[in-house]
Amino acid sequence: MNFIHLIFYAFAIAALVSGFMVVVARNPVHSVLFLVLTFFSMAGVWILLRAEFLALILVLVYVGAVMTLFLFVVMMLSINQVSEREGFVKYLPWAALMMLVITGMIVVVVGPEHFGLTQMPAPPPEGANFNNIANLGAVLYTDYAYAFEIAAVILLAGIVAAIGLAHREPRDRKSQTIEKQIAVRPNERLRIIKDSK
Amino acid sequence: MISLSEILIIAAILFGFGIAGVIINRKNIIVLLMSIELMLLAVNTNFIAFSYFLKNNIGEVFVFFILTVAAAEAAIGLAILVVLFRRQKTIEVDKLDILKG
Repeated sequence: MNFIHLIFYAFAIAALVSGFMVVVARNPVHSVLFLVLTFFSMAGVWILLRAEFLALILVLVYVGAVMTLFLFVVMMLSINQVSEREGFVKYLPWAALMMLVITGMIVVVVGPEHFGLTQMPAPPPEGANFNNIANLGAVLYTDYAYAFEIAAVILLAGIVAAIGLAHREPRDRKSQTIEKQIAVRPNERLRIIKDSK
Repeated sequence: MISLSEILIIAAILFGFGIAGVIINRKNIIVLLMSIELMLLAVNTNFIAFSYFLKNNIGEVFVFFILTVAAAEAAIGLAILVVLFRRQKTIEVDKLDILKG
């Protein structure tokens, strides 16, 4: 139990407690904030695993953008908190059973007798000029350049879809209806009134 | 040193919390989306742990793409949720049964 181990367990316990609170918190805003804490703690674990770039991306993109979006939506859809927890007790045994079964099976498979330090020894510590971002970029822009471009297209499609779905037509503004203007015929528009003088 | 199985066990417990959240939350679809994010985080942690212990960068590339797709998915899912709330005035999972499928 050295110092790195201690830091790892601090981050891991923080992640597990806040992950549990995400599920059981009564208020959705508290759920979002606990999920932010989970992301921060797991980013710490990722930094211990020498994935600095992805840990920073997790904090910047996930906490900074996606969770802020969640928080906006939770606050925008002001649902009433009273009728929140009706099915909670009813589904609690099933949820606990599913969680125990699945987690138990995974733990049996990945336990210390299969993936311990003797089977999977820790890699030697990197030198002072080790650069995770450079290593990742060297792979990402060469072998995975095509997948990288597809990811860019997916993000573009996400932007277009989100704006197209959530954009509301302006109702309080006077605007032209182009298709009606084009489809109009002269006898609908001209009316001849005979002057009976 | 940290062993691989400790990280995998912690990721497994986080994944289990995500599954429990999907089952337990019948009232608020946003918490359900957050449970999915929790499961994705656990899976990404597995990828990074194996990438570190096998000294192979490709797991991190995978995590990069998973993060990209998950961000797009969260944006579109929340946009659908906003439109749904505008039409139905509710986001309770039990009441969203208007699709006759």
